[in-house]
Amino acid sequence: MLRLEKRPQPSRAWIWATPLLAVALTMIAGGVLFALLGKDPLAAIRMIFWDPLFSPQYASYSRPQLLVKAAPLILIAVGLAIGFRANIWNIGAEGQYIIGALFAASVALIFFPSGPADVRIFGRVLFSYDVAPARWWLFPAMILAGALGGLLWGLIPAILKTRFNTNEILVSLLLVYVAEKLLAAAAVSWLRNPTGAGFPGSRNLSQFAEAANHELIANTGMHWGVVAAFIAVIFGYVLLQRHMLGFHVRLAGQAPRAARFAGVAPARLVLFCLGISGLLAGLAGMFEVAGPARMISIDFNTGYGFTAIIVAFLGRLHPVGIVLAGLLMALTYIGGELAQFRLGLPSAAIQVFQGMLLFFLLALDMLSNYRIRLAWKEAAP
Amino acid sequence: MTTPLLAIEGLTKSYPGVVANDDVSMAIGEGEIHALLGENGAGKSTLVKAIYGLVRPDSGQMRWRGAPYAPAAPHEARATGVAMVFQHFSLFDALDVAENVALGMDDPPPIRQLAARIRKVSTEYGLPLDPGRLAGDLSAGERQRVEIIRCLLQNPDLLIMDEPTSVLTPQEVEILFETLRKLREEGRSILYISHKLDEIRSLCETATILRLGKVVASSDPRAMSARQLAELMVGTALTPPERAGLAPGEVLLEVTGLSHRAPSAFGTSLKEISLSVRAGEILGIGGVAGNGQDELLAALSGELRSKHQAIRLKGQPMGRYGPNTRRALGLLCAPEERLGHAAAPEMSLTENTLLTAAWREKLVRRGFIDWKRAQGFAEKIISRFDVRTPGPHVAARALSGGNLQKFVIGREIIQRPEVLIVNQPTWGVDAAAAAAIRQALMDLAQGGAAVVVISQDLDELLEIADRFCALNGGRLSAPRPVAGLTMEEVGLMLGGAGDMEVAGEATAGAAEGAAHAET
Amino acid sequence: MMDLSSINPVVLAAALMVAATPILLAAIGELVVEKAGVLNLGVEGMMITGAVTGFAVAVTTGNAYIGMVAAVLGGAALALVFALLTQYLMSNQVATGLALTLFGLGLSALIGQGYVGISPPRTPKIDFGWLSEIPVLGPVLFRHDPLVYVSIFIVAAVWWFLRHSRAGRILRAVGENHDAAHALGYRVRAVRVAAIAFGGACAGLGGAYLSLIRVPQWTEGMTAGAGWIALALVVFASWRPWRALIGAYLFGGIVVLQLNLQAAGWRIPVEYLAMSPYLVTILVLVIMSSGRARRSLSAPGSLGRPFHAAG
Repeated sequence: MLRLEKRPQPSRAWIWATPLLAVALTMIAGGVLFALLGKDPLAAIRMIFWDPLFSPQYASYSRPQLLVKAAPLILIAVGLAIGFRANIWNIGAEGQYIIGALFAASVALIFFPSGPADVRIFGRVLFSYDVAPARWWLFPAMILAGALGGLLWGLIPAILKTRFNTNEILVSLLLVYVAEKLLAAAAVSWLRNPTGAGFPGSRNLSQFAEAANHELIANTGMHWGVVAAFIAVIFGYVLLQRHMLGFHVRLAGQAPRAARFAGVAPARLVLFCLGISGLLAGLAGMFEVAGPARMISIDFNTGYGFTAIIVAFLGRLHPVGIVLAGLLMALTYIGGELAQFRLGLPSAAIQVFQGMLLFFLLALDMLSNYRIRLAWKEAAP
Repeated sequence: MTTPLLAIEGLTKSYPGVVANDDVSMAIGEGEIHALLGENGAGKSTLVKAIYGLVRPDSGQMRWRGAPYAPAAPHEARATGVAMVFQHFSLFDALDVAENVALGMDDPPPIRQLAARIRKVSTEYGLPLDPGRLAGDLSAGERQRVEIIRCLLQNPDLLIMDEPTSVLTPQEVEILFETLRKLREEGRSILYISHKLDEIRSLCETATILRLGKVVASSDPRAMSARQLAELMVGTALTPPERAGLAPGEVLLEVTGLSHRAPSAFGTSLKEISLSVRAGEILGIGGVAGNGQDELLAALSGELRSKHQAIRLKGQPMGRYGPNTRRALGLLCAPEERLGHAAAPEMSLTENTLLTAAWREKLVRRGFIDWKRAQGFAEKIISRFDVRTPGPHVAARALSGGNLQKFVIGREIIQRPEVLIVNQPTWGVDAAAAAAIRQALMDLAQGGAAVVVISQDLDELLEIADRFCALNGGRLSAPRPVAGLTMEEVGLMLGGAGDMEVAGEATAGAAEGAAHAET
Repeated sequence: MMDLSSINPVVLAAALMVAATPILLAAIGELVVEKAGVLNLGVEGMMITGAVTGFAVAVTTGNAYIGMVAAVLGGAALALVFALLTQYLMSNQVATGLALTLFGLGLSALIGQGYVGISPPRTPKIDFGWLSEIPVLGPVLFRHDPLVYVSIFIVAAVWWFLRHSRAGRILRAVGENHDAAHALGYRVRAVRVAAIAFGGACAGLGGAYLSLIRVPQWTEGMTAGAGWIALALVVFASWRPWRALIGAYLFGGIVVLQLNLQAAGWRIPVEYLAMSPYLVTILVLVIMSSGRARRSLSAPGSLGRPFHAAG
């Protein structure tokens, strides 16, 4: 018989060892899964984790992709981790990401150099204007708009929670579906490309130099979103480790009553946590729509908001851990695409793979809080 | 000699790092009220859990009327004839009395029949109960009745009672004792766990005293003085705390007409509370658990806001201020619950200093935490209050109750408050630490601070307080000087001036019980 | 102008029961889980797993009922993973529930690859004879597939179980105060594992209802938030079975009405109408949650708190 025994305090060694162990176990379980799908497990694992970085054939394309995919994951996960630490569960980052992108794209498209334009609502012309040549401030304005969009969308569950005591988990998640419908509406109506022959989707922002999120250093994948992610990580680290606000976040998560005793106002904390995670998710959406995605389309969102939840946990809700976890998760995306293309591995298999990773991590987590004891001693005389 | 009802021989149970029971042997006779005495942490709970089948001993054996007895689960213990009244957490607030009783039985009859039996048995034993009420709406005394009735319905031969009087007023205690004596007359045995010596001397004919998991004595408590028993329990000679008289100074804290709606579904509302405390004075607030203690502390600490004028510190109104503003002005608090309220269990002692001392001790500058300073402050508390711990990096939950309590009270005292409010400062703390904490509180008052001690331990209040008042159903009685106050008077104050918490038809039985107690 | 005359109230009322059944099944399962003190946020994942296993097995065997049994087992199997993690490995319930949803969505997409675009075997409607010929009542109440009635039966059974049976009393006790239940000798974990498995089975069945009867087809991510709406429904119902039924039917009504308005070509774009079920759910959550005192009285006392027996 095995028995769990609570440790007097969490084991530091295990806190950092469990993610590694979880990755190892997921590779084994993933290998079994791939074998069941009739693929060579070793080849598949190698193609997912090794080839994107080191194969001479693919690395030149894949390596820059690593930063491209990791940046939004890290940006969102840092914000989520702050909330999760406080036991405030924003699981609607996907929605905030979409709204951030919509806000940013709207700002950009207003100034799209296309001659006189109309602003319409429900098909009716609200007003017409002639586009002035775009300026240097357009990109910063898009950043602000993206952040604002995410912030506002994140504040909806926060305000409902503080005013009406609703559950932020359910509200933030339900708002993802609302955001997806808004995205679809935007793609087919108010942001639709007027020169796109009626196909859904907005104009291509990469054709608009002032609004595009360019690669900063050629062939590295380095764009402004990566810079933002980097800043967010530093911000998150300083906040959680050195600042009183971050201390209150952690305190409220671990011992809510003690937090109130320490003078933490729970409502303000809810607004802060959901606001900051929404803001960062909105930023991620902004950099994505202006960069890799290039435009608003019905399938603009690809689940970064949900995968970021895994990233946050895998990174132990710690900003530095999140960087590593974000890079790893980005690798599974890129390697997964590669394996899909080369081995015919279904794309859903990667989703299963990521889900398993979270399972193993949660299962192994108890090693840091509990000791496993063999109860055979009791059988001895 | 006759075969005892339950004989325990050489029972040992150890947990990692601690031997809870070390070769414990004792015997409980038929029709006997047997006291199990010991400090917190002496191993009483582990021993009774073993008898009740909740804990399996590592070695040793038990015999029930001579036959081997080794219950693997509580239902086996109950089948044998053992019943237990728990001290804490065994009622389900959202379920009614009858459902609660049914849950404690192995083979409950249909609820309607059971309700009728509850009415009958509870009246018979002088502890009347309405089976249809929700457990969450009952007073502490009534909750205990549910537990007792639940046990009695199973017709037990041995009834285990874990600190049953800690939630009762002195008058309710007498009613309970009358019931227990009646049970003894019926030939049942009772294992009575307590650390209150006077009770044991008036109720029990045999006592087993535990210290650090070992039996240190087995004797007739009536033949010994309370002091002798106490020294057996603690192991050292006790020195009562000392304090020189001091003329009280100006009024530091003044509360007038403080009212607050109950913050939670089963909480207590505060009703028109008024009090004032002077510099150099200790005000003791007694009361049975659940009469508004937590709410009063929260209202004073700033966790609950009230009318601005209702709370004044040196004349300055502060009812609308939050905890940190009040701290900055000199009003500090130490709540009852150490883990999760006064301290964050998973955080280190260094981190825990930030809960109340962040700004007062300048551990934070412009929002940024000075971890070195915080650690230094934690070390200062540890050394000044003799907190036994490997260092300030240790998580709060790893400390023993007494040491953590010294830490959280020390954290406030060391900040030199002008007014300090403490709730249950020595609850669940070993005697040495309790004495140290009481001394520290008295020293603080001596130094010119006003101290309010909220406690359920009347002996403690009468020992250290200058004035005493009682909290009952969210109301605070008028304070009386402690000098010259008798236990009877205290009891009447606690019960809301003689109005015992006995509902409707209960009064007759209660009066009868009280009458018996007089004789 | 829209054409409201194309909306027939009788057809609408009949369709409402069908639209409500999947979330009703998932919600009644989750209600039992939460009554036992466990918050399983993986309803969406268990539903979609049920949807795909039910569909795949039904197509393979050619029998919808065998598919439904498989969906029940599939949902319960996934729930048992949750039970293992939260009850034995002491993982965080919120995080584990989310993991269950993420994993379930991936797994279902993987299993369902070969089943896109296929029609499942049909589930015949129950023949109530003359009852189904009663005007208005007949088509509304007596012309449905068996699962509609099974779901109502489950609600009744859960109500009776929680209110009147000893096992139900124990389950409520475990959810209300697990320490006290443990002290009385009840096996907190065993009760919770059983409740979690039941919740998974119900969610699985709800998912199968979607893929086999309501749609009936398999598409990736076809639950589209139904599991989350079921979770909200439990709050709406204040943890009372019959109120979950009422809530589900009200919700079903909104879904059907919204679909009818879409079909009637109302001037509001389709996307905005499609938002309405989610917005209505949020609105209901706001209304139900703001009565603070009442809610705290009805929510199980130990809901979401981890239980670890010391000693």
